[in-house]
Amino acid sequence: MTDALHILSPGSYTTVQDMGRFHAYHMGVPVSGSLDDFAHRIANWLVGNSQDSAVLEMSMIGAKFDVICETDMAVTGARMNLRVNGSPCPGWTSIRVQSGDLVELSTVENGCRAYLAVTGGIDVPLVMGSRSTYVGGQLGGLKGRILLSEDILRRGEGRLLSKPRSLPWFPIYPENIFVRAIPGPHDDFFRNHLDRFFASNFTVTAQSNRMGCRLAGPEILRDTDAPQSIISEPIVPGNVQVPADGQPIVLLKEQTIGGYTNIATVISPDIFRMAQAGPGDTIQFIHVTLDEAHKIYRDWMRFLHEIEELLTL
Amino acid sequence: MTANLYERARFRISGDRSILAVYGTGVDQAVNDKVRRIATLIVNQKPAGIDAAVPSYCTLSIHYNPMKTDFSELRDILWSLENDLNKADIPEPLTIDIPVCYGEEFGPDIDFVAQHNGISVDDVIQIHTCSAYHIFAIGFAPGFCYLGGLDPRLHAPRLETPRVRVAAGSVGIAGAQTGVYPLASPGGWRLIGRTPLRLFAPERPHPILYQAGDKIRFRSVSSDEFHHISRIENP
Repeated sequence: MTDALHILSPGSYTTVQDMGRFHAYHMGVPVSGSLDDFAHRIANWLVGNSQDSAVLEMSMIGAKFDVICETDMAVTGARMNLRVNGSPCPGWTSIRVQSGDLVELSTVENGCRAYLAVTGGIDVPLVMGSRSTYVGGQLGGLKGRILLSEDILRRGEGRLLSKPRSLPWFPIYPENIFVRAIPGPHDDFFRNHLDRFFASNFTVTAQSNRMGCRLAGPEILRDTDAPQSIISEPIVPGNVQVPADGQPIVLLKEQTIGGYTNIATVISPDIFRMAQAGPGDTIQFIHVTLDEAHKIYRDWMRFLHEIEELLTL
Repeated sequence: MTANLYERARFRISGDRSILAVYGTGVDQAVNDKVRRIATLIVNQKPAGIDAAVPSYCTLSIHYNPMKTDFSELRDILWSLENDLNKADIPEPLTIDIPVCYGEEFGPDIDFVAQHNGISVDDVIQIHTCSAYHIFAIGFAPGFCYLGGLDPRLHAPRLETPRVRVAAGSVGIAGAQTGVYPLASPGGWRLIGRTPLRLFAPERPHPILYQAGDKIRFRSVSSDEFHHISRIENP
């Protein structure tokens, strides 16, 4: 463990995240973790870490920092212009930086959230089994909060790469986003508007955050004979909640219980697409069955495994 | 058996990695106790493929790994657990004692609650401390309990303008509900007191003192005792 980064400017909303806190829901503590778990994994593999090491998640505006000790570093996810000592560097590739180097990331140009991994992972204390920041619960990450100027981040033990790594391609995040979703858990409250939900385009609003992606579009209303409210139930990331105003909210990773009906649920391999949806982008939900979703899930796991093998050869 | 209990669990699909098992309807202790018992069996038996079981009022959310199990297998497992409900290894719910210093600077709205219901402040304290409250669910915030059973003589409307900051441990009333804020946060509940206990302590091996299905009972303590416990809780 050693001091690794000295934050000069934290960006607009930068937090330490790993894959999440999986065993605390029953205590009212949500999963948290990187919203784009695809970019998160690749950033870690690019610098030789295990996939669950902690990284920085940067929303909309990137961070600026001094490097305190030599490390490999990789930036994935949303495209932010990356400069080391003023010289442009590519994303989705490992970069060796030295003590004293100045690293700057710009405002986002494509997508919404970028991920920065360093050798050994960002080292903050494990809280309830995870390093992820949950700002609402004032826990995890660096003192349970977003990063601030003058913060010092440490990194874990890890070996520098013997040769650079890069992904031979990288995703481009479209402005018109398709995500696959399974009807339910409360689709039977929306018999009249389920078709409208799957046929419409919704626009991502600026009120979106790590708790939920708020959408605007045609009103999705409950059937007139459906109950007005439900007794609070556990919720999961991807649930598409529809409050009385008919404007859906795709729940992300910072909530455990809700009292609103959920018309459909975005499948877990497509959550990262929601993570990269910025204000003004449009979302269209594609209907899939549970069996189709499980086939997609298995294919997605196989795909991730192949990328891991490719990068860690 | 109450009318609110289903004969056996009904299921709702909640994405590709979770299902909701629903055991009945309403705010009903019998339904909630069945949820708690099934959750306990899952924790004890660890059926293959189940990653987590999250209880709420009538519903158990089951998180699963689609590489290891599927919906029909889970449904069969959950139905068969209903046959094991009388097994001796399910403990009875605990009752947890929560010390509260009522009134003074800790409960600025206790006079309002008393006047609103035409009773004295001592009555408010006596009524609030005399029953055990069932924890139907934990959520909304870490360690926050959805409690049942507030005496109608203590019901009181929320503040018209929520406070910007409510101290951790504050005990409040909102409509027909009572509860404790485990962490400092904004809030609109009428505050009647504060507990010196840290109800959510993430660094401890057991970050909270209770689980859904347990009961809590409030006990009135003096401000001296409040400060004494507070020093132990925050060394």
